[in-house]
Amino acid sequence: MLAHPFGRLSLQALPFWDMLQHPSKGVVINGIIATGAASMVVLGGIVTVALISRYRLWRVLWSQWLTSPDHKKIGIMYVVLAFVMLIRALLEALLMRAQQAYGLGGGFLSPDHFAQLFSTHGTIMIFFMAMPFLTGVINYVMPLQIGARDVSFPVLNSISLALTAAGAALVMISLVLGTFSTGGWFGYPPYTEASFSPGVGPDYWIWALTLSSLGSTFTGINFAVTIYKERAPGMTLMRLPLFTWTALCTSILMIFAMPPLTVATAQLALDRYLGFHFFTNDLGGNMMHFANMFWLFGHPEVYILILPAFGVYSETISTFSGKALFGYRSLVVATMAIGVLSFTVWLHHFFTMGQAADLNAAFGVATMLIGIPTGVKIYDWMWTMFRGRIRFSVPMIYAMGFMLLFVLGGLSGVLLADPVIDYQVHNSVFLVAHFHNVAVPGLLFGMIAAYHFWFPKAFGFRLDERWGKVSAVCWILGFMLAFFPLYALGLMGMPRRTVAYSEPAYVPLETVAFLGAILVVAALCALGVQLWVSIKHRQANRVFVGDPWDGRSLEWSISAPPPEYNFAAIPVVTDRDAFTVMKESGAGYPSVVPFDDIEVPRNSALGPVLGAAGFAMAFGLVWHIWWMVITFGTVVIAAMIVRGFARNTSRVVTAEEVRRQHQHWMDAVARAGPIARDEETTFANEGLAIPIDTGVEQ
Amino acid sequence: MSGDIAKHPGLNLGPGHGKDDAAAEGLMFGFWVFMMSDAILFGMVFATYLTSLSATAGGPVASQLYDLTSTFVETLLLLSSSFTFGMASLAMKYRHRQRRLVAWLLVTLLLGLAFIGVELHDFASMAAKGGVPTRSGFLSAFFDLVPLHGLHVAAGCLWMIALLVQLARYGVDTKAKLGIMRLALFWHFLDIIWIGIFSVVYLPGCMHAVG
Repeated sequence: MLAHPFGRLSLQALPFWDMLQHPSKGVVINGIIATGAASMVVLGGIVTVALISRYRLWRVLWSQWLTSPDHKKIGIMYVVLAFVMLIRALLEALLMRAQQAYGLGGGFLSPDHFAQLFSTHGTIMIFFMAMPFLTGVINYVMPLQIGARDVSFPVLNSISLALTAAGAALVMISLVLGTFSTGGWFGYPPYTEASFSPGVGPDYWIWALTLSSLGSTFTGINFAVTIYKERAPGMTLMRLPLFTWTALCTSILMIFAMPPLTVATAQLALDRYLGFHFFTNDLGGNMMHFANMFWLFGHPEVYILILPAFGVYSETISTFSGKALFGYRSLVVATMAIGVLSFTVWLHHFFTMGQAADLNAAFGVATMLIGIPTGVKIYDWMWTMFRGRIRFSVPMIYAMGFMLLFVLGGLSGVLLADPVIDYQVHNSVFLVAHFHNVAVPGLLFGMIAAYHFWFPKAFGFRLDERWGKVSAVCWILGFMLAFFPLYALGLMGMPRRTVAYSEPAYVPLETVAFLGAILVVAALCALGVQLWVSIKHRQANRVFVGDPWDGRSLEWSISAPPPEYNFAAIPVVTDRDAFTVMKESGAGYPSVVPFDDIEVPRNSALGPVLGAAGFAMAFGLVWHIWWMVITFGTVVIAAMIVRGFARNTSRVVTAEEVRRQHQHWMDAVARAGPIARDEETTFANEGLAIPIDTGVEQ
Repeated sequence: MSGDIAKHPGLNLGPGHGKDDAAAEGLMFGFWVFMMSDAILFGMVFATYLTSLSATAGGPVASQLYDLTSTFVETLLLLSSSFTFGMASLAMKYRHRQRRLVAWLLVTLLLGLAFIGVELHDFASMAAKGGVPTRSGFLSAFFDLVPLHGLHVAAGCLWMIALLVQLARYGVDTKAKLGIMRLALFWHFLDIIWIGIFSVVYLPGCMHAVG
């Protein structure tokens, strides 16, 4: 242990080392790209640290954000993490599309480098973009929608965030030190076993996933318990906003679907570190165990990702059509049906891996069944729009893009659900086109729509509408250009994960896909510009009163941003669309409420400590630095024990302070001019709506 | 939500404990949900074991390695520890006296530690007969399942020690009560898992030796 204080970490781990040792053309190009990426990570880190120091924000960062148990702040931090990781994974996608566009006879990337790109792209997009994004949105919105002061376990929430961030940090540091896995986002053994991949790559993958999946398990427990136990009086289950229903279903799926992943990665780690034989080729190992367990997680995971997006669309379509959701009950039933069915279809991820035809048929049928509840949802959304006064604001544009594109993606999924067809197109880019066709318009558009929809609630000002529209159109068109050609290429026989090819017929379609990728990157840039412009105009865009879209659920009934305790007095719910009902009865803005002392949780350093120690432990495991593993493992255990001794874990916001903040908001409500819906994207919008039934514009 | 009807399953504190009883509700429900998740973890590992029974790769098989007497002793130790923990819970609920509670917890802790000791001895004697996890897929699965349970018991013992120190320092306050209630659930849950291990791993493994 002391003979090698840095384990297997040496200068060779640096991305430019190989290039200096063996300076041939191919090695140099790959070395430059890898070094450039590493420099971006290091530079990004340095710039962030410098800026925080320059503006003396360390104390604020620590006491207002990192140690905060407030679900709203944790939600925002999750979304920031998701955006950072989205930038990286999207640039990787651009690089891969460029490689394939020039891939006739070689391209510029080495196969190993390309394999790292698709592995990190997939791993990041699923675990460190999609999961943090939806977790962040649910964190912010769900407690507000059910009229709660926070989630059930605020400190556990902060631990979940820290673990997820630690996993993301591990993926980021793999750019600087060593290489990431080349085994794809699902890391199939025996390829990822020590005998075939002796390097650090799969270890980075294993521990990054382990950290984040632990975080997600705790998140699922936390959300589910919150929805069961913290609802405001009168908020019965069948009055929950649909987004909260999807959050509940996703949480249940997290509780049950994350453990199989934890077991699969832990067993792979036992194989790699201690010479066990779970998935090896010899001595009784069987990789099918891994395939089964991974997809027993992996398929419910698909619905963990998509259901919150369905929830977002349900909210935005209803709000921007000015109508109650059509078929609420059927949407709830469909959501839960999808949740149950999601556990019955995992085998369709490996139809071609040797099981009997009747087994394949059963799973094929189960897979097709999922199309039914999903279809119900699409019809419900269309009927919600029918005869509504639809406003084509940014979230609505995403919703429209989603409904058209998702149906196509779903239909290609129904094709793939037929084992006979699957045998023809499996492992081709047809599959790549299919899952991007559901993941991008489904999940990603949904999350960006959520970002536009709830941003004013979180920060108190609206996002710029024009740049938002530019971005939305670029996303939609860019997506279509990037992925529709892949359907054709797949049918032409192009395998997925191909670094180079010898078939000239692929070139035109690959070029179109590359252009699409450029357009998607442009869409991301437009989102950046939009944020910049919006912050610049934040005074004019202010919506402090809190209801910029004539919202229907409780989160719109409080100021924007909300006070830390969310509700001055816990609301009493009498019907669905609780806030709309209150507004219609003239009770939307009660000036006097029963003010009481409110108990809120104190800040806790447990989250950041566990996150940092978890990261250090994982890093030590990756590089076999055993003293580091033991030290920080001890820190983890000690931190949890010490936390058990904490007694003074909450503080009180006095009734007087609550009354003062409420009065401040009431004054703003009194000053604000109520606006009709066609003014909602103008500076006139201060967040006070003329209810649609009594609006003068009607 | 309202108090009386929505009680969590298990041994509730009861109205005699005032505020502590109300505080238990969300926390205990959360712990039940956590254990559902943990149960899936064990489910996966059980499944791995059952599908690896024939993957002995020419190495030692179950009947050569398992010692039914010793595992029966382990079973008795663990089941008694559940009983003593039950007594601790009753002492906490009905006798607001710390001494009896601490005594029952200490007995439970000793039984738990004894269980771990016998189990480690078992593993050592298996290893002496060539039953090591690197030998075959079957043994890998065994040494994933049974030590995972053992690790849970060890974590439970550590938790119990931490709680005993908390009791010494703060007395039986809300947080200590809630800690003991959750540890009780955890402890009984590990009992159920052990019954699963005894009936699925050890009994059939030794039956083959007889038959």
